[in-house]
Amino acid sequence: MERRSFVKSIAAGAVVTAASLVPGSYALAADTIKVGILHSLSGTMAISETVLKDVTLMAIDAINAKGGVLGKKLEPVVVDPASNWPLFAEKARQLLSQDKVAVVFGCWTSVSRKSVLPVFEELNGLLFYPVQYEGEELSKNVFYTGAAPNQQAIPAVEYLLSKEGGGAKRFVLLGTDYVYPRTTNKILRAFLHSKGIQDKDIDEKYTPFGHADYQTIVADIKKFSAGGKTAVVSTINGDSNVPFYKELGNAGLKATDVPVVAFSVGEEELRGVDTKPLVGHLAAWNYFMSLKNPANDEWKKEWAAYAKAKKLPGADKPLTNDPMEAAWIGIHMWKQAVEKAKSTDVDKVIAAMAGQTFKAPSGITSKMDEKNHHLHKSVFIGEVKADGQFNVVWKTPGPVKAQPWSPFIPENKGKKDEPVKK
Amino acid sequence: MLLKKYALALSLASLLACALPAWALPADLVLAVAAGESDERIAAVAKLVASGDSGVEAYFQSLLDGEVQVAGGKRVLIVKDRHAVDAATGEKVEPLPENLDDALVNNRLRGTLEGARSALKLSSPDRAARLTAVKALEDGAREEMLPLIGAALARETDPQIRQSLTLVQAGLQLKSADAAVRLAAVKALAQSDNPNTKMLLLALLEKKGDVYAEPDAAVRAEAQDTLKAVQSQLSSAERFSQIFTGISLGSILLLAALGLAITYGLMGVINMAHGELIMVGAYGTYLVQNLFRAQAPALFDWYLLAAVPVAFFASAIVGMALERSVIRYLYGRPLETLLATWGISLILIQTVRTLFGAQNVQVENPVWMSGGVEIIANVLLPWNRVVIIGFALAVLLLVWVLLARTRLGLFVRAVTQNRGMASCVGVPTARVDTLAFGLGSGIAGLAGCALSQIGNVGPDLGQTYIVDSFMVVVLGGVGQLAGTVYAALGLGMANKFLEGWSGAVLAKIAILAFIIIFIQKRPQGLFALKGRMADA
Repeated sequence: MERRSFVKSIAAGAVVTAASLVPGSYALAADTIKVGILHSLSGTMAISETVLKDVTLMAIDAINAKGGVLGKKLEPVVVDPASNWPLFAEKARQLLSQDKVAVVFGCWTSVSRKSVLPVFEELNGLLFYPVQYEGEELSKNVFYTGAAPNQQAIPAVEYLLSKEGGGAKRFVLLGTDYVYPRTTNKILRAFLHSKGIQDKDIDEKYTPFGHADYQTIVADIKKFSAGGKTAVVSTINGDSNVPFYKELGNAGLKATDVPVVAFSVGEEELRGVDTKPLVGHLAAWNYFMSLKNPANDEWKKEWAAYAKAKKLPGADKPLTNDPMEAAWIGIHMWKQAVEKAKSTDVDKVIAAMAGQTFKAPSGITSKMDEKNHHLHKSVFIGEVKADGQFNVVWKTPGPVKAQPWSPFIPENKGKKDEPVKK
Repeated sequence: MLLKKYALALSLASLLACALPAWALPADLVLAVAAGESDERIAAVAKLVASGDSGVEAYFQSLLDGEVQVAGGKRVLIVKDRHAVDAATGEKVEPLPENLDDALVNNRLRGTLEGARSALKLSSPDRAARLTAVKALEDGAREEMLPLIGAALARETDPQIRQSLTLVQAGLQLKSADAAVRLAAVKALAQSDNPNTKMLLLALLEKKGDVYAEPDAAVRAEAQDTLKAVQSQLSSAERFSQIFTGISLGSILLLAALGLAITYGLMGVINMAHGELIMVGAYGTYLVQNLFRAQAPALFDWYLLAAVPVAFFASAIVGMALERSVIRYLYGRPLETLLATWGISLILIQTVRTLFGAQNVQVENPVWMSGGVEIIANVLLPWNRVVIIGFALAVLLLVWVLLARTRLGLFVRAVTQNRGMASCVGVPTARVDTLAFGLGSGIAGLAGCALSQIGNVGPDLGQTYIVDSFMVVVLGGVGQLAGTVYAALGLGMANKFLEGWSGAVLAKIAILAFIIIFIQKRPQGLFALKGRMADA
């Protein structure tokens, strides 16, 4: 019995080492370098994730047009995990061990990232994650090109507390019921406590994924706001945002009375919504389509041409947004790192990623931190305009370094700002 | 004279591009409002309001509409369709200067501007305009406007507007230095039914350390009483809107389940593809919308009327095709029906995904379904919900008339109660089955048409409603139209009341748990068919 389990574990170990060795060497041997794209193309998250697949494909086209990486063309492998979290893990395993991709660009929701994380760590894969998230994670196998809480959530709430942002005294923390909103709200609650706001002035609310009836929620917000100047912090994800904003508009809850700041709503999510009643509601991001700078103008033009050429849905009104920008930065930095490392070997690329810079469409030169796998990013706060674009009303003077371990969670004390080997 | 001035201002707002009006606003103030630090801009707004110029209102409107741009940090222009006029003088500016910056308006400034615009409108000769203005002020008047409001109150004759104005004035006077003025203001506010009043009063009663925000004890006591009065006003409004949301959810459940009440309830077909028939109706609505947008943009607001029959027949045809090709061979074999229809539902989802893409498609609300109507103070009923409740009632009536008053309805009831006997007396049972299934499917299509107005339209739309639909039909009692109505309304109400009390996630769980227990105690549902034929 003992011997059998011993043999088994040897076998399993051999498989794992073989699998972890194979991707790099295989990619080097072939004529193309395979890269995986792991975004939901159907289900509740498709509204947000489909364009990330498209922008990654555009980047691959652009890189291939300039001769590829290390003299080889990139070959995308697109899979659809269908907004189904366990399926994310299955598809990730398929990409890494069957398709032998050198790198994976993917995931939006934190629950999907948490679902694939063990796979990437086990098979020593490489994941570029392009969306703002709650922090509290730092894996050697992941590069986080979206914002950590101190690059989005905290500045946004600070703005709401300021005189300019309306001087809110009460907060409704409204989110979809999963790990990202829950953790973000935990951090925000601690942050608000530090600003002297008490629990009775904080109302935390959650709805399931795909929730479509926001009547009660909006009525509750209205009621809560009678107790003092109120702001809503929304971490609603996916297509629930459409009914939420529709209800908000119909109920006549105006931004001048109760501003709603959203962390997962950008240009793309507002596409299907009549934005006229929503003028003045806010979003905090590290990029807005309306930013005026040469790099952004060029990128927008490129995207518009690409969307038209590929006849993407919505090509008549091409939109760019923050996670698209993060995905764009991610794949280009990976290319630079591969060229620096002269190999697609995961460990070499990870080492070469430290300190990479890239001229981002947000107008800054974005830098990958030397240690903590996160980008340095500028923070912008924008107000919704009648045409669905955002007016930037506040921004940080320069790029901000990410704090994946938020200082507002007491257990994080003493955690290292770099991946720890297990 | 005043009238003329306003006509001019109005024409300015609409015809800025072509009209060449001569008005003169102080250029320095115009610039100070358009650019600079928020505090200074807000101060400049107050000064402009005080200047009493007729062009001010139009200028504020342009700022709010985002048409104002600053050229080179000096000259303020109003730019519309690439035509620019100088905001201070009204002169045409050609060609368009190069270095234009948008005059950004953030929430704080927008609030001030909206308030100022309303305050200016208080002197409008049109009663309706004054009423809207004063209603807007109730939600957010600023101290700077107190003199304007006082003046408006002095010349106002309309009792309703007077009352509102008094409340607005009282709200602002709470910050007066004179305790007697504050006391009178607090007393006056007892008439208010606006949630903002509660906010103001709470601010008065706030206690910082040992010091109250309101120093005078008499005022504080009065404020307590007023607060109670306002709160009771507010809570009755709350209860009313809670009932409305319950009815609204109920009407949606009813629409989704009504078709199933026929196909499953009357005909006994466990139709797992029911949700997908709803989806077909929603996509039918989407297609009609696109057709109208491309062919008849002028009639776009009325596309929904055309979409109703299209959605009905699209789903009905799909349903009848299903019945003819698959389901009719499976009557009396519920398990096989269940599996077959489930397979069909997957095929339908994939077909739609292939045809329209996996992403949600956008179905826009027509203008007459946006916004809401305020029936009593503080209760705003969104039009789309009101329309859907009406629509659900109409469909219900239609189904009832069809089943209870027509020959087809008679045949359907006859066939479902005793197929053999009906066949013997000459009822063409096969055709009746097809028609009845088509009717149930068509009603699912109507539900899809209605749901497209409040939720997302995507290939998975049906999946979200199939469980709810079965829940309603089973709870209501199989084979009973009345049961379906009671169950839909009951579940809608229960869901909304629980949601208010325990949150959306727990409410859903609680409802499911309740139904499981209920069905165990009473498997036949709320209403059971009685009689010898019930089990046939």
